[in-house]
Amino acid sequence: MRRGIAATALVAALGVTLAACGGSDSGSDGASKGSGELSGTVTWWDTSTVGSEDKVFKKLAEDFTKKHPKVTVKYVNVPFGEAQNKFKNAAQSGSGAPDVIRSEVAWTPEFADLGYLAPLDGTAALKDQGDFLEQAAASTKYNGKTYAVPQVIDSMGIFYNKKIFKEAGVEVPTSIADLKTVSATIKEKTGKTGLYLRGDDPYWFLSFLYGEGGDMVDADSKKVTFDDPAGVKAFKTVKDLVDSKAAITDATNGWDNMQAAFKDGKVAMMINGPWAVADTYAGKEFADKANLGIAPVPAGSAGQGAPQGGHNLAVYAGSKNLDASYAFAEYMTSAESQATVAQELSLLPTRQSSYLQKEVAKNEMIAFFKPVVEKAVQRPWIPEGGSLFEPVKVEYTKVLTGQTTPEAGAKAVGDAYRKLLKDWK
Amino acid sequence: MAVDTPSQSVAKAAGEHVARGRSRGTGTPRRAAKRSLATHWYAWAMIAPVVIVIGVIIGYPLVRGIYLSFTDANERNVARSIGVNEIPATYEFVGLENYTDALTGSQFLGTLGWTVVWTVSCVALTFVLGLALANILNRKIAGRSVYRMMLILPWAVPGFVSVFAWRFLYDERRGLLNQILSGVGLDAVPWLNDPLMAKFAVIAVNVWLGIPFMMVALLGGLQSIPGELYEAAEMDGANAWQRFRNITMPGLRSVSTTVLLLSTIWTFNMFPVIFLLTRGGPGEATQILVTQAYKFSFEISPRDFAQSSTWGVLILVLLMIFAAIYQRVLRKQGEVW
Repeated sequence: MRRGIAATALVAALGVTLAACGGSDSGSDGASKGSGELSGTVTWWDTSTVGSEDKVFKKLAEDFTKKHPKVTVKYVNVPFGEAQNKFKNAAQSGSGAPDVIRSEVAWTPEFADLGYLAPLDGTAALKDQGDFLEQAAASTKYNGKTYAVPQVIDSMGIFYNKKIFKEAGVEVPTSIADLKTVSATIKEKTGKTGLYLRGDDPYWFLSFLYGEGGDMVDADSKKVTFDDPAGVKAFKTVKDLVDSKAAITDATNGWDNMQAAFKDGKVAMMINGPWAVADTYAGKEFADKANLGIAPVPAGSAGQGAPQGGHNLAVYAGSKNLDASYAFAEYMTSAESQATVAQELSLLPTRQSSYLQKEVAKNEMIAFFKPVVEKAVQRPWIPEGGSLFEPVKVEYTKVLTGQTTPEAGAKAVGDAYRKLLKDWK
Repeated sequence: MAVDTPSQSVAKAAGEHVARGRSRGTGTPRRAAKRSLATHWYAWAMIAPVVIVIGVIIGYPLVRGIYLSFTDANERNVARSIGVNEIPATYEFVGLENYTDALTGSQFLGTLGWTVVWTVSCVALTFVLGLALANILNRKIAGRSVYRMMLILPWAVPGFVSVFAWRFLYDERRGLLNQILSGVGLDAVPWLNDPLMAKFAVIAVNVWLGIPFMMVALLGGLQSIPGELYEAAEMDGANAWQRFRNITMPGLRSVSTTVLLLSTIWTFNMFPVIFLLTRGGPGEATQILVTQAYKFSFEISPRDFAQSSTWGVLILVLLMIFAAIYQRVLRKQGEVW
């Protein structure tokens, strides 16, 4: 009897443990494709701005069911800043990963290199490949295969508040020297700050780096170029903008503070991209959409340059429902879907044919950004592309908060790159 | 003091180490083991589930972490199996290289320096303030239970919620603190944007979070001191300071040594405050060892699992050394611990 109790207790205890360890294996349900009709669930991780862009994307994604009634689309919005890590966690452990992810252009080669993405050549995901803008398609290729479908393309420009500019009687600055004088005049006439410089995300630093003729790396000659004199000069430029009070910045919470300051009319300018347009229109200063002006980023001493960015849709290699995922990626990047997005959110399509549609052609923001994108600086599409920002982020913030000099900061970034990119000069 | 699991496991590991030192059996180990299995098989069977669970959730990660710290494992060379793609592990054993890199480079030592400053100032401040509040609340004052309730609030609210609340308060442009300052005509303070201010800001939040634990523990200690001692001292003409110095402090010793040790270990590894408030920034000004180890393993890419585990093992070793020294000092002073 005693033995019986002990054994029962042991079995019961182990049973509880095992049940607890079992966990839930959610995600996609298995799909049957025997009949040729798509079914099952497609989970999509979107990274668009919550409150403005996400509604449009959610509706568009869920409308996929109208074409494929047996497929359920599960829309999940993951904050852009967390998505890269979250996806890597989920993809590596093999549980909880989405079927389709909105992958930023620099993440795509990295995810592909790690083996997380399904190659799309010859699948339903790619349709009319020739219609995609060449620039947009470049980031989807890795080692001769295509791993993603371009969804949107973007670059950056200066957003300005026309009312404040009129009040101060100034014109849009075209160079950094201009930017300083314009900011000083705005401060003098209206008491407002000229520019919000985003200090917690190095992506916003790129246009200053390109403006001095610098770049992070030179992929063709396998050379790290960040610590060239141009990089040092770019660090000096941003530091000077903050020190001279032409710009304000934050080391944390930069996106929210930037949008709030600009939307409430506390600053006259910000550097931003098309992804910020819908959110900006929601601000009280821009109830009249015509108040939002847009111009190319101010030029540095070597000219003018803004980074080319954008987002792709990639399919997780471990997806249990690949066929529906391919079809979903195709649907979301079709000319029709892109036109809807362009019209409602002013995001730039990646298909040439979309630009010919009337609604897209007459959108002011798209009309502005199209030529900017064409001239934008392409980043190297290497697997380490997504890794290049973290070292800059640390040093950029350190330079802005006076913890290091521009020279030491640029050198530290260069050293970190050489450690990251083996055998590069 | 938000009790998060990693710090608990470290505390446990340190505790086990201490216990092992003491319980040394006599006789030949094999026979003793056999006999104990024969007579106590029932007890072994009953604790087996616990041992297995602890082995799985603490032992395996610990051993695996130590193993990884001797390799060059990172995101690109660990084994992955993603649907159709099966990628085998290709990382190699590199011996002590990670440790020599960490201990000779400036990053680990620099971070350790700030971690020590952070731990000492947080523990000292929480202890002093907790002790003062416990003494105040130990008297019979009006509304004592209300005060006690309110002072426990920071403890009752989940740590991440209060840290987020503080983050909003500290925000330079829209935070409440700066709005109050501008209301009385003062300049805005860059609470989290200036490296030095950020250090003060994170310490302040951690002290705020840590006081309730100190206060409750010390209040319990105070209440166990017999009132007659104070009466007798008063009869002998001891003033308030002398009574505090010679009755309260010695009376609190057993409680305070324990809470100081716990608080030190927790603060040393206080991940949520730093991570949620500043993410270690601006730059790396407020990065402590655990947040930096997290960063290696989850934020940079390619994720450096080897370096992260090296730092983790070093943190464990440092805390074990600290606990051992602490115990020795106490034992020298005649404390049974």
